Amino acid sequence: MNKILSALLAGIVFGVGITLSGMVDPNKVINFLDITGHWDPSLMFVLGGGVITTAIGYRFVFAQGKPLFEEDFHLPTLLKIDRKLLLGSVLFGVGWGLIGYCPGPAVASVGFRPEEPLIVVVSMLAGILLFKATSKS
Amino acid sequence: MENFTPYTSLAGGILLGISACILMYLNGRIAGISGIVAGILSNPSVTEKAWRAAFVLGIIGGAFTYAYFFPINIEPREHMTTALLVIGGLVVGFGTAMGGGCTSGHGVCGISRFSLRSITATAAFLIAGIITVYIVNQVVGA
Repeated sequence: MNKILSALLAGIVFGVGITLSGMVDPNKVINFLDITGHWDPSLMFVLGGGVITTAIGYRFVFAQGKPLFEEDFHLPTLLKIDRKLLLGSVLFGVGWGLIGYCPGPAVASVGFRPEEPLIVVVSMLAGILLFKATSKS
Repeated sequence: MENFTPYTSLAGGILLGISACILMYLNGRIAGISGIVAGILSNPSVTEKAWRAAFVLGIIGGAFTYAYFFPINIEPREHMTTALLVIGGLVVGFGTAMGGGCTSGHGVCGISRFSLRSITATAAFLIAGIITVYIVNQVVGA
């Protein structure tokens, strides 16, 4: 139960943050990527604020030795930069530039503006399942 | 420059960081949306599904609450058809599953841990996004 409530709390803070940040507006996202045209650098402040806060916060968190409600920190074990990482990230970037939604803002936007984001979230889930299906065979 | 919002964007980014720290401090998990969502579908464990679903519900609830008090005004997009949204969503889902993360997992959490994989992934999706928007603008004539 503790783990569910703490995930809920982290989710609420994330939902408020992503909405306040302006990333839920796909026009703003596309303007951020439009560096030769209508450039809006705001999203650099989102990323910067997120990275600096997390980098400082993680130092204290990891210094605890273990999380409060789990035995260990679940950190990625892969270290190698491989073709999957690069190709997957490039594909994600293409989709992001096409529609102006990455997963976080798409999910959050369902909370106040269902039509566009809902189509994106359902398609995104289908894309995840498609990858899982093709990578197993 | 269009609609530059450095203060609210910075404040929003700091909240994303606080969220990442809460999830790591309490549950020992990376706050990566694509991975957490993927786990709802593919992780066989019910407790795994439960905390992931709670996180997603929290995001939707947080966004709903914020927008209830401070309405969000988003300009409609003329060229954005349902077909394009479906294709874009599919590619985003497929790509993040293949690349093991998105803007939150690689971009915020990964870079904060100085992960070389995440720094590379973030550079790759930023560059791909910039090139895509440039090409789309040439086609649409924006």
